Amino acid sequence: MALKLSDYRTQVFNDWCPGCGNFGILTSLQMALVDLALQPSRVVILSGIGCHGKTPHFVNAYGVHTLHGRALPFAIGIKLANPELEVIVHGGDGDGLGIGAGHFVNTGRRNLDMTYIIHDNGVYGLTKGQASPTLKLGVKTKAMPKPNINEGVNPIALGLAAGFTFIARSYCYDVGHLKETIKMAVKHKGMALVIVQQWCPTYNDINTKGWYNGEDRIDPVTGKPIPRLYKLEESGYDGVVHKPEEVIPKTVAALTRAFEWGDKIPIGVFYQNELLSTYQERISQRITTYPGTPPAKEIIADNMGEPATSIKKMLDELKVTG
Amino acid sequence: MKNDFIWMAGGPQGSGVDSSANIFARACCYGGLHVYGKREYSSNIKGMHSYFHIRVSPSEVGAIVNRVDLLCTFDAESVVRHIWEVSPGGGIICDTGIIETKISSILSLPFAFIEEWNKSLNERGIHPETVGDLLDEVKKNNVKIYPIPYLEMLKEIGKEIGEQQLSKLTRMINVLSLGASFGLANYDKEYVEKAINMIFGKKPKIISMNLLALNKAYDYTRKNFADAGINLKTLRTDEQRIFLQGTQAVALGKLAGGCRVQTYYPITPAADESEYIEENQVFEITGSNKTGGILVVQTEDEIAAITMATGSALTGARSATSTSGPGFSLMAEGLGWAGINEVPVVINYYQRGGPSTGLPTRHGQDDLRFAIHASHGEFPRIIVCSGDIEECFYDAARAFNYAERYQTPVIHLIDKALANSNKSYKIFDLTLVKIERGELLTEADVAGKNYRRFEFTDSGISPRLPIGTPGAVFWNTGDEHNELGHVTEESMMRTRMHEKRMRKLETADREIQEKERVNFFGDEDAPMTIVSWGSPKGAILEAMEMLRKDGFRMNFVQVRIPHPLPKKYIEKILGNSSKKIVVEGNYSAQLAGIIREETGILMDYFILKWNGRPMSADEVYEALLNIVQNRAQTRQVLTGGA
Ligand SMILES: Cc1ncc(C[n+]2csc(CCOP(=O)(O)OP(=O)(O)O)c2C)c(N)n1
Ligand code: SF4
Ligand SMILES: [Mg+2]
Repeated sequence: MALKLSDYRTQVFNDWCPGCGNFGILTSLQMALVDLALQPSRVVILSGIGCHGKTPHFVNAYGVHTLHGRALPFAIGIKLANPELEVIVHGGDGDGLGIGAGHFVNTGRRNLDMTYIIHDNGVYGLTKGQASPTLKLGVKTKAMPKPNINEGVNPIALGLAAGFTFIARSYCYDVGHLKETIKMAVKHKGMALVIVQQWCPTYNDINTKGWYNGEDRIDPVTGKPIPRLYKLEESGYDGVVHKPEEVIPKTVAALTRAFEWGDKIPIGVFYQNELLSTYQERISQRITTYPGTPPAKEIIADNMGEPATSIKKMLDELKVTG
Repeated sequence: MKNDFIWMAGGPQGSGVDSSANIFARACCYGGLHVYGKREYSSNIKGMHSYFHIRVSPSEVGAIVNRVDLLCTFDAESVVRHIWEVSPGGGIICDTGIIETKISSILSLPFAFIEEWNKSLNERGIHPETVGDLLDEVKKNNVKIYPIPYLEMLKEIGKEIGEQQLSKLTRMINVLSLGASFGLANYDKEYVEKAINMIFGKKPKIISMNLLALNKAYDYTRKNFADAGINLKTLRTDEQRIFLQGTQAVALGKLAGGCRVQTYYPITPAADESEYIEENQVFEITGSNKTGGILVVQTEDEIAAITMATGSALTGARSATSTSGPGFSLMAEGLGWAGINEVPVVINYYQRGGPSTGLPTRHGQDDLRFAIHASHGEFPRIIVCSGDIEECFYDAARAFNYAERYQTPVIHLIDKALANSNKSYKIFDLTLVKIERGELLTEADVAGKNYRRFEFTDSGISPRLPIGTPGAVFWNTGDEHNELGHVTEESMMRTRMHEKRMRKLETADREIQEKERVNFFGDEDAPMTIVSWGSPKGAILEAMEMLRKDGFRMNFVQVRIPHPLPKKYIEKILGNSSKKIVVEGNYSAQLAGIIREETGILMDYFILKWNGRPMSADEVYEALLNIVQNRAQTRQVLTGGA
């Protein structure tokens, strides 16, 4: 029987603020799971701590709501031990790029076959609106006592530098685009990063729905707002690496687009490279039994509790008599 | 204990102290002798002083004693550092080239050492200027000096093998000193050659160079010091023995225990364990022609190490991380997550002297309280403390059983004295390793049922299902949660769920057998009881034996699981004891505090040490003797070890 959207929903009451961008992200995720026809018990949804962190509880799949900033290493542990699972990680911008920045960088360079979705709302939602690491210098959102004294980090550029092999941006309100982006990210062979521009109507009064829509910029000819977001693929941009020699030029091109902000904000796929080996492939070279019997599948004892692992060879090497 | 023999090699780090000690120890093992070796080094790569203490005996030994029978030095500093440790009648091997060296010109001697040194000279009323003067002083104590012309020998070897570069040749000073040692003992050279072959493995050129050096020095001492009177006789044995260090024993135990994911961030002295596992990452599966494998992941920090291991444990794979104090401090929050989510994760915790970076390469036992209390909030955990290298093996395997049976983190406390000591043992008994996975469900168990991960049960243990099992889902969260694993802040649910988790500790306390929680030594009815945990075990046992010969009886409770504390047992033994003595490698007598807290029993005497060096049998003996002879202070602080 085909899976329906309701198969991915839970009974848990959703307590996000009315109008929160997280709703669009949740729906896009569930729609992507329907399209990908993934059985709930094959999917693991992880999250950090923050408003975004509640996501797994609303999805009928294995859900792991972790610690602030630590969703990625938990996810890596799960994926490495059982690579058959589809692992999708949600993080906040504070969660993933502030307290968890070290894991962000090191996850990029490992290139596991997983998906990481950052809910970028420019603020620390759950702690009531402090500046997040993506908030730009000098910006003051509603709850901040003073304007931001730090420059914002560029998550796309950071992702490129860290080595994510799929990097895209999408928008919480464009559910169709976001759904397709998540699907591409899940299907990507390697570590995928999706930055989602998310409104926080409660605390971020700068990067609002109206701001993304460009309501402050009315086209004098049409009288309509000029949206700030534009689609990369509609501007003739192709971030996919087809040959090894394209890695550097495409990285540079992606980097150039990554720094577009303000009046022109690109969404879509900045960069994709499936030529690089995944972490799982690298392990399989060292442990040839890994693909068939990863750690979660290995039998470690017989029915009597006798260990299956033979340490005889190691003991022989340590032997000094007899 | 005069039928043992204590050899020490000292030299700058990077000069081959470790390899010479390894060769020495192995050669003795091959000759049927038992060996206990202790390695001391600084947080430095090249140049600072390091030494290796090796005790050889016809029977098993589990500790060092603060005495050296043959001091084997590579440089002048090693002579100065260890000269007063050489026993009357013992000997010192040194380079003829350092006899004229002025002591004041040894720049690597630290300020704190020089202060103490000058004090000791004043006390002795001597003022040696050169190393030679110093050696003359100990000659008065009947210490024999064996100067060896290292440089000339190296030059000769250089000529023979066509190597002009002195820097390449000086690397063999360690083997020259070995050759000299064995020559003095007139020890069977065949065993030494075997050890050299073993240590230098697949490098035939290096082996032949070193064999040349060995023979040169061996023959030199045979010729020049034929009657050194060093007692090192080989013995016949049919026993199968292994020789290993603590980190290796832990690694072996974890592998046999079914560990399949090991995460770590490099730190002394824990990293050796992970590297050894990675070297042996593919292994045979018993009774089949298949192989299996363990993943070893070097993470970006210890936070990732614990959370990654926790993630893989959720899938059903036995998972562990290994670290020492600074790393465990970073793990605190992750530990709590594993606690509230009832995840069986194992942490092998190698203590060293703290706080902070403290004594990064030196021994300490100051983290018992921290292991018990780390992370905010309350959750059950089990602490297992190994007392010797063999226990490290069995405990490392067993830790997973506790973790899975009680679905909670288990901390295996080890210390630097165990990690970096080597000992010969009768080969481990693999039939003693049993794997118990606790209440672990499979797909068939949950098919068609509405599985609840945190179901309320009498024991507090909710049957566990690996994440990813087809036909079910559940949730995990670091927030308080309901039976399904969804966040809740409801007061009733919180009261019950917290109680359910905490109850597991009572279940564990009820179920874990006494023999796994304490070791008892000595006579039940002895009037004095020693209580201790961890590496002092070896020194205590030997000290007790010495006291027994002096006519004093005591018994010894070695606590292997201090949490949950085997209260009734401790109350029973200590209740009968008129003198209660605790021995620990820390300042605040942490185990004594825990016993007081849990049983109300106060210790009468405290033998403590925190100078970064393990306890030796003789200093523990002296402290105990002070107690039995009623001349001890309540608190005795041990300071032995260079
Ligand atoms: C170690 C730790 N420090 C601080 C907090 C408090 N805290 C909870 S959520 C949060 C910030 C969340 O911001 P973000 O990651 O951007 O997520 P959002 O709420 O915006 O989705 C903080 C600092 C915590 N949970 N853990
Ligand atoms: S605070 Fe912001 S991010 Fe959090 S739920 Fe409310 S609107 Fe959403
Ligand atoms: Mg945020």
